[in-house]
Amino acid sequence: MLQINNLHARIEEQNILKGVDLTVSAGEVHAIMGPNGSGKSTLASVLAGREEFEVTDGNVLYQGQDLLEMEPDERALEGVFLAFQYPVELPGVSMNNFLRQALNQQREYRGEEPLSAGAFLKRMKACAALVDLDPQLMSRAVNDGFSGGEKKRNEIFQLAMLEPRLAIMDETDSGLDIDALRTVADGVNALRRNDRSFVVITHYQRLLDYIIPDTVHVMVDGRIVRSGGKELALDLEKKGYDWIREETVAV
Amino acid sequence: MPTTETEFLHEVAAGEYKYGWETNVEADTIPKGLDEDVVRLISAKKDEPEWLLAWRLRAWRHWEKLAANPEEKYPRWPHLKYTEPDFRNITYYSSPSKKPRYESLDEVDEDLLETFKRLGIPLAEQEKLAGVAVDAVLDSVSVHTTFKEELAEQGIIFCSFGEAVQEHPELVQKYMGSVVPYTDNFYAALNAAVFSDGSFCYIPKGVRCPMELSTYFRINQAGTGQFERTLIIAEEGSYVSYLEGCTAPMRDENQLHAAVVEIVAEAHAEVKYSTIQNWYPGDNEGRGGVFNFVTKRGICKGDHAKISWTQLETGSAITWKYPSVILKGDRSVGEFYSVAFTKGRQQADTGTKMVHLGKNTKSTIISKGISGGRSNNSYRGLVKINKGAENARNFSQCDSMLLGDRCGAHTFPYIEIKNPSAQVEHEATTSKIGEDQMFYCFQRGIGEEAAIKLIVNGFCKEILAKLPMEFAVEAQKLLDIELEGSVG
Ligand SMILES: Nc1ncnc2c1ncn2[C@@H]1O[C@H](COP(=O)(O)OP(=O)(O)OP(=O)(O)O)[C@@H](O)[C@H]1O
Ligand SMILES: [Mg+2]
Repeated sequence: MLQINNLHARIEEQNILKGVDLTVSAGEVHAIMGPNGSGKSTLASVLAGREEFEVTDGNVLYQGQDLLEMEPDERALEGVFLAFQYPVELPGVSMNNFLRQALNQQREYRGEEPLSAGAFLKRMKACAALVDLDPQLMSRAVNDGFSGGEKKRNEIFQLAMLEPRLAIMDETDSGLDIDALRTVADGVNALRRNDRSFVVITHYQRLLDYIIPDTVHVMVDGRIVRSGGKELALDLEKKGYDWIREETVAV
Repeated sequence: MPTTETEFLHEVAAGEYKYGWETNVEADTIPKGLDEDVVRLISAKKDEPEWLLAWRLRAWRHWEKLAANPEEKYPRWPHLKYTEPDFRNITYYSSPSKKPRYESLDEVDEDLLETFKRLGIPLAEQEKLAGVAVDAVLDSVSVHTTFKEELAEQGIIFCSFGEAVQEHPELVQKYMGSVVPYTDNFYAALNAAVFSDGSFCYIPKGVRCPMELSTYFRINQAGTGQFERTLIIAEEGSYVSYLEGCTAPMRDENQLHAAVVEIVAEAHAEVKYSTIQNWYPGDNEGRGGVFNFVTKRGICKGDHAKISWTQLETGSAITWKYPSVILKGDRSVGEFYSVAFTKGRQQADTGTKMVHLGKNTKSTIISKGISGGRSNNSYRGLVKINKGAENARNFSQCDSMLLGDRCGAHTFPYIEIKNPSAQVEHEATTSKIGEDQMFYCFQRGIGEEAAIKLIVNGFCKEILAKLPMEFAVEAQKLLDIELEGSVG
């Protein structure tokens, strides 16, 4: 599904990613943890095609294609979805309108007819229910005045609507209360399929109790310095990151 | 596919005009030039009564005086740069027929009907728009007014200005020039001297006009100026919603459009006036395009009267227009809602004047300016609270959005308060479409063009929503077309 080799990226002369290697197979869930500023969101942005970041070395294969050659909207149409750490507000643009547009562009890309209003509505209700999102929000402007938790649910709701092949979730758990975390995690689990992969960026082991990862990676200073099973998350929770930093330096 | 957002925006700003074709129709066009004889000739062509000719001549003499003063002729206060029109090089009257008036649709040339049909305004009996009465004006003459008889059953008069002069002279004489006197400004004086047609609308006491009234203006003939007058009178307790649309063929030279609109709203009457202005804007080098110098003003004469101006301005090389409301009646209400979109080399200086005279009067101004290309888009507004206007309130909000980095947006709010009880609020913002907003759209598979349309539409949604429903859709389509890049 996804194969990242020796990926280097920088912004404004500052190197952020310093050789990321990561392979995600279809149907797998990978968690990425790591201290603030280590480059997790940067990795997500680079994969989604944010142009501010300049890739200076390495390559990324997505379903056998050179991902870095693709325009950001093309990546989305090819099934790459990013649940943003900080979802963006679009004043005046209703959720309804926005999602209709997104879905129909996707369908057009695949040579399908636009979704009928009825079918759209039905699908929307089902997906909103999946993450317990108030359907009233659909008539409001995208993320405009949404609470922190609503914004996060809204990302997963869109994930459900757009049915990606590769879903990257950037700290979806931050800002969710305990019950909401459970709901959203259940929603994500319901979306797990053997042809869909997840990259889950998080600071908290708790999320991984619900969304059980196949592999946990630790990112420090722009590199993945350790990978392991889900126990690794428990270790990190107990010991913090310093021991990994020290071991990395020792190596 | 453009590679960067900036490039795309430049392409958007270079988008093409869709209404640029012309109709070949035999026309009765008077020679170019402007003098007292031209004024007399127009009046004679229209078979006007003596009092109207006399009024035109007074306006003409006043205009001549103003024309001698460069400050009047080419005022420096608007944020506009243009070569002043050569008034001797314009044709002041052109009629698409030997007759100055059509008695019935049968007399109208097929090509003309086709023209309006192509513009989305079918006039033929079996095709006419449901729920909308239309007065179609080509160059100097009203071609046809639909639903006239149906409206007449309720005592509503909706006809061309020329017809009103013949059939309802007492009303025209009473109200014409009462809101915008010919002494108001240079172009108002010119219009009063040479105006050729326009629309007239009278809603009797207590009547709620059952359909939208609409005038569609089209300039066709080359070298011709369009000078129309619209007069709307809403008697006590009546209601009318009125819409004006405009287009013109593409021409290399500038064409002059100098209109006057007057609205009178008596006590408890409400007039909603909407405009979708799409005159030819000129090409990307700034060649050609319509000079749109328009004076629009309404008066809330009686208590509780209400006048709203809603406009979508996408056309014209130069726009100079400030639809205004004089709030004379106590508790009267004035509103101005505007979206002005400029691209290429277009220049717009538009806004409003709200003059509070009565007690507890209230005005609201919401203006959204969107500029692309190398265009310049200015909001200019005056809120004036007179001494007697106890407890007057105004809220103004002016938002500008810049598409690209070669365009300009400016805000010039003027506030004059002579009564300390006034409450006046003014907010202004300038924004660009954020990179993060674009990226968010891209990440959901929405491409550049669609993303910009979404965001710009979102920006002006609250204004477009104020348009009558039938036209809100049209307006959005127009805006989408304007935003379209090289497509089409
Ligand atoms: N637009 C930018 N301009 C300058 N520096 C940036 C920019 N974006 C990110 N950085 C820097 O890159 C580094 C990595 O940031 P990134 O957001 O990827 O970290 P992160 O691992 O997601 O952290 P967190 O856990 O706090 O979300 C940080 O030092 C950050 O300041
Ligand atoms: Mg982050």
